[in-house]
Amino acid sequence: MALLVVEDLHKRYGKEEVLKGVSFTLERGETKVIIGPSGTGKSTLLRCINRLTEPDRGRIWLNGEEVTSRRTNIYRIRAQIGFVFQDFNLFTHLTALDNVRLGLIRVKRMDKRAATERAKRELERVGLADKANAYPAQLSGGQQQRVSIARALAMDPKLILFDEPTSALDPELIGEVLQVMIELAEGGMTMLVVTHEMGFARSVADEIIFMEKGVIVEQGPPEVLFTNPRVPRTAEFLRKITEFYGESG
Amino acid sequence: MELIFKWEWLPELGRGLVLTVELTAACISMGAVLGLFLAIARLYARGPIYWLASAYVQFFRGTPLLVQLFMIHFGLAGWGIRLSPLFSGIIAMGLNTAAYQAEYFRGAIQAVKRGQTLAALSLGMTRWQTIRHVILPQALRLVLPSWSNELVYMLKYTSIVYLIGLPDLMGMGRTIASDNFRFFEVYAVVALIYLALVLIITFALRSVEARIRVPGLGTAR
Ligand SMILES: Nc1ncnc2c1ncn2[C@@H]1O[C@H](COP(=O)(O)OP(=O)(O)OP(=O)(O)O)[C@@H](O)[C@H]1O
Ligand SMILES: [Mg+2]
Repeated sequence: MALLVVEDLHKRYGKEEVLKGVSFTLERGETKVIIGPSGTGKSTLLRCINRLTEPDRGRIWLNGEEVTSRRTNIYRIRAQIGFVFQDFNLFTHLTALDNVRLGLIRVKRMDKRAATERAKRELERVGLADKANAYPAQLSGGQQQRVSIARALAMDPKLILFDEPTSALDPELIGEVLQVMIELAEGGMTMLVVTHEMGFARSVADEIIFMEKGVIVEQGPPEVLFTNPRVPRTAEFLRKITEFYGESG
Repeated sequence: MELIFKWEWLPELGRGLVLTVELTAACISMGAVLGLFLAIARLYARGPIYWLASAYVQFFRGTPLLVQLFMIHFGLAGWGIRLSPLFSGIIAMGLNTAAYQAEYFRGAIQAVKRGQTLAALSLGMTRWQTIRHVILPQALRLVLPSWSNELVYMLKYTSIVYLIGLPDLMGMGRTIASDNFRFFEVYAVVALIYLALVLIITFALRSVEARIRVPGLGTAR
């Protein structure tokens, strides 16, 4: 069984059906990129996977365990799924080190010394060993996002979800974050990434999922989607987005 | 007319001062604990708990403190519940300041960026852990300036307890003055003592604020 299985996911906000039956799988070590126009339900989909948002219908399995089951301890599941947000969401009152340590101490119940060591190692991995004692407000956007990736990594996640991790960054800071993500993908991390960075999608993704209006329109390897998509709408969207965002990364 | 000051007033005023400080400390801490729970209830609870907490805040903010004090001290006595003046004073002021503090806490909690709750939950933290380790440490820093104002305000407002017979700073001043008819001088000394206390508290809380300040939170923003 795949590491992540999403089956017929539905979610409605009031009258608007945001997810209309989304299904896909993610194998261990795979990176899939989700693309699609604004308001299509990409963020909603990611938040449903660790039930930050409760889906209305459909089922999700992580590593063979049903996430959507009432009997599942959702906190234990969430601890295994990293989440990287568009606007970083670092804890304002904590230093970079404490941001990374908090989950280790409170969720994993590590003792302080072990947690500190682990947190330092993760900060080093994202190239921020020297910023351990800086508060979020003292870091650039790119640095904040790297801390938030370190925070996710420290939990030893089976899977990391990225929701437009570079969209809030100044163009010159995008590269440093993408670089960390590329290294993660090459290191065998399982990742599901919502992004407009077509360069990243092209070179790193095993598969691209094109979503529109709450459904998956088409999915496949980047070389197929970019050169020979099945659905005309896919080609149209890819052309537009590549023109707009370029191919940086 | 000459001004007269007697050192012998001070020991009695000192005893009144101690009571004022105790009363303030008791009601402000009772109000802080209760206010925090009220704020959390108004923010996170639904149904009856939310409505009760909201009705509470509306009632205590919408009616005069003196009326509340009299209801508790004299009103309850009519139902056979006789509270000592000290106890009535603490309860009335504690309940009252709780409503105000609840609103300050609520505002501060709402000022903590919402995405951080999602981030904490996504790490596997429970709702309570998120409140305890992410929201409150920030909210308490943010609330400190308005909380300081409330403390100063309550310190001054405890002076109404002389109306139910408590010998606080104000009550003692009144007793002394009605013996010697030196109303102006005695109340001036009382006022100066209140002022000194307010200045000390303000200064102390400012230095606490400075000590726990974090870049990017509150005034340092
Ligand atoms: N909490 C919510 N309450 C009500 N409606 C919501 C909520 N969250 C999202 N929506 C609506 O659901 C739809 C899909 O939103 P979502 O954020 O998932 O889209 P998206 O594909 O991530 O878009 P974007 O590219 O702009 O981030 C939007 O119309 C949005 O207004
Ligand atoms: Mg989104």
